[in-house]
Amino acid sequence: MTAKRLRAVVALAVAGAFVLAGCQSGNDADEAPDTSASDTAAASDDAADAADDAAEPAGDNIILANITEPQNPLVPTSTNEVQGGRLVDLLFAGLVYYDAGGNAINEVAESIETEDSQTYTVTLNDGWTFTDGSPVTAQAFTDAWSYGANANNAQLNSYFFESIEGYEELQATEDGDEVDEDGNPIPIPLAAPDAKLSGLTVVDDTHFTVKLVQPESDFPLRVGYSAFYPLPEAAFADMEAFGQNPIGNGPYKFNGPDAWQHEVSIDLIPNPDYQGGRVAQNDGIFFKSYTSPDAAWADLQSGQLDITDLVPDQYLQTFETDLGDRAVNEPAAIFQSFTVPDRLPHFGGEEGLLRRAALSHAINREEITATIFDGTRTPANDYTSPVIAGWSDSIEGADVLEFDEAKAKELWAEADAISPWDGTFKIAYNADGPHQSWVDAVVNSIKNTLGIDAEGDPYPSFAELRTKITDRTIETGFRTGWQADYPSLFNFLGPLYGTGAGSNDGDYSSEEVDSLLSQGLNASNIDDAVAAWQEAQSVLLSDLPAIPLWYQNSLGATSEAVGPVPFGWNSVPLYYQASK
Amino acid sequence: MGWYLGRRVLQAIPVFLGATFLLYLMVFLLPGDPIAAMCGERGCAPAVETALRARYHLDQPFLTQYLLYLKGLLTGDMGVAYSGRAITEVIATAYPVTIKLALMAMAFETIFGVAAGLVAGLRRGGIFDGTVLVLSLLVIALPTFVIGFVAQFVVGVQLGWLPTTVGANQSFMALLMPAMVLAGVSLAYVLRLTRTSVSENASADYVRTATAKGLTRSRVVGVHILRNSLIPVVTFVGADLGVLMGGAIVTEGIFSVPGVGNTLYMAILKGEGPTVVSMVTLLVIVFIVTNILVDVLYALIDPRIRYV
Repeated sequence: MTAKRLRAVVALAVAGAFVLAGCQSGNDADEAPDTSASDTAAASDDAADAADDAAEPAGDNIILANITEPQNPLVPTSTNEVQGGRLVDLLFAGLVYYDAGGNAINEVAESIETEDSQTYTVTLNDGWTFTDGSPVTAQAFTDAWSYGANANNAQLNSYFFESIEGYEELQATEDGDEVDEDGNPIPIPLAAPDAKLSGLTVVDDTHFTVKLVQPESDFPLRVGYSAFYPLPEAAFADMEAFGQNPIGNGPYKFNGPDAWQHEVSIDLIPNPDYQGGRVAQNDGIFFKSYTSPDAAWADLQSGQLDITDLVPDQYLQTFETDLGDRAVNEPAAIFQSFTVPDRLPHFGGEEGLLRRAALSHAINREEITATIFDGTRTPANDYTSPVIAGWSDSIEGADVLEFDEAKAKELWAEADAISPWDGTFKIAYNADGPHQSWVDAVVNSIKNTLGIDAEGDPYPSFAELRTKITDRTIETGFRTGWQADYPSLFNFLGPLYGTGAGSNDGDYSSEEVDSLLSQGLNASNIDDAVAAWQEAQSVLLSDLPAIPLWYQNSLGATSEAVGPVPFGWNSVPLYYQASK
Repeated sequence: MGWYLGRRVLQAIPVFLGATFLLYLMVFLLPGDPIAAMCGERGCAPAVETALRARYHLDQPFLTQYLLYLKGLLTGDMGVAYSGRAITEVIATAYPVTIKLALMAMAFETIFGVAAGLVAGLRRGGIFDGTVLVLSLLVIALPTFVIGFVAQFVVGVQLGWLPTTVGANQSFMALLMPAMVLAGVSLAYVLRLTRTSVSENASADYVRTATAKGLTRSRVVGVHILRNSLIPVVTFVGADLGVLMGGAIVTEGIFSVPGVGNTLYMAILKGEGPTVVSMVTLLVIVFIVTNILVDVLYALIDPRIRYV
């Protein structure tokens, strides 16, 4: 009896200890060599109640903003997505910055001068320092750019330097001895790990020159992008550590070595040594990491978030009426389209031109943007975006973007006369993004107007869709889009429709477009350049290498405490202007 | 018992190897190219792409990749995530939160589930029993995300009683709502299991004997009925700990909990093989350990079960 009772007591104790046992395994995980986030989490285990709200900063003028964990280390030349981008933009200052209107304003640069649009002389302002105290010299720029361009460093933004002389050499490769899965030799970079861009010459601490491969009149507009930020000496010693804890010269800096709690939050405070025009009007920005827009929205509604650029679908219809001037919904530098490559059956040559024009006329953009997107897209008038200087809504040939059933049928019939249509017209999209509803609407619009079979073709993930597009094995139309890296018309055209350009997914090639694009780049002033690029656009509108759909709008909302906050040309809130 | 435990632990080794291999294979077979996704719509320079592939061993054949990963694992180095962080560090930040959440959820479901199930089982057919049955059916029928969003909106946004999301604030109060939502469905099951088991045992011969011996009601219920009714419950709760830890993706998303579910979800989206495999392997180990614990608990709760 005693033994049995003892066993019962033990059983209960063990049952109770089950919880503790689980706890124990938790602490094991904690013992991994990590000194940041988990320690605070483990510490609060014991004093959970007392630690309420302890993790969030207290302060009257700290702005709480949303973010999603950046995908790459915070090295400017390797930050190619918008989450890391918004941080890098706050942590660094480049030669120029962009104001809310997308205009490039000198920041570290005192001037960027050229006579032939090919060789630029950059003069820096005196007195700028990084947060580690080292000066922002001409070399800080040229070393950073060379680092970004050198293939040995595998920087995601390296193609940004392709127009600078010496880039080709830094990216050259030869076949190595090792082979990959398919038996192809694995190329190895040829350049020395510390090789520099030959087109960059440091004159003295505040002057350097940039020699481009060819004249590019919009180069000064480009250098505000994150790839062109300077790096301090300390960065090159240990880039990995730098990416986790960057030392910049921007309006903000990390609040201590533990400022970045991965997947949780990032804590920025104003940089007192910052000298540019983007002066912080708050005492810090506390970025909270979200994986769903709904969670961010719930926080905004309960006052636990001040700025969000995520609006959940179910609030799109009402958020502007509910929030008034605290809601943001305006066209952004994001252009969306779908591409039907020439090489697909029925889409080559004259037949293809007719069919693409027919497809374009068959899409009711007004209705789709209003009903599917609740007005969060703006029907496209061209291949660029209204936030870019030089944009026009009346380019010759833009009427191909108007919904016109009769015209669509007529053009389709003309194409059928060349070779009768068979099969199903498909638009491929990635199902991990919010694309199904509009693709369905577009194909239905095509189906109803032209009386052909049309459907969406979902891929499980963006990676899969991109792979098929990149290796040119996709046998359908597919969604395409472009978010500008810097506010210039050329950025929407050159990389997408120039012959052999990096993002020319449809392998479009037109001598006329190529020559107009380069004519713009060679122009001595930006107005002449704009004229040439607009002319290139009218060729595009007749060839339709991609069928323009709409511009995506910047969406966002701010809390009552903060009030309206302007969003930049790149849809990222101008955090430094927020205050409460 | 010692032999038994030793055998179980040894059995865990092939399970562990098999699991990592299968997981690695599955992630490897995932269509799509992580480097293409990393480079975005405009793609990287070809030389950069090559260098990136080499850095993450993506240019190697599958078996080499797996063996390299295993070699790293045995030396305590799980590799580096695409974000530049060591995977051990990713795990060390994600797991504590999820473990905390799972344990809170488990405590809820066990305490409230067993208590309510006991009362309902003893007074079968009564008003309490009826109410509890209907309510638990409702909870089982409603998807977790519905309960989650409603709770978040009502309790968090409208009433403002609890924080709407967790994020950096991983206090008990912040985790309370997600833990209750996470526990909801399991709680309903625990309740129903306990209820059935208790009401069966309540009419068993040994209970009648115990009552006839003149034992107090509380002793009959507490020692004779409850203890015997706990076996299915312990099985369920034990297995559920693993589910709570791995299956919290929905709940963690709604409440922005920076735990295993969210991290795993992001890693899968990025096609980040080593991160996915390491995190899931750890989940497998949690499953193995809790299963051994559950089996040991059987023997302690039920004297008829013996291990040799």
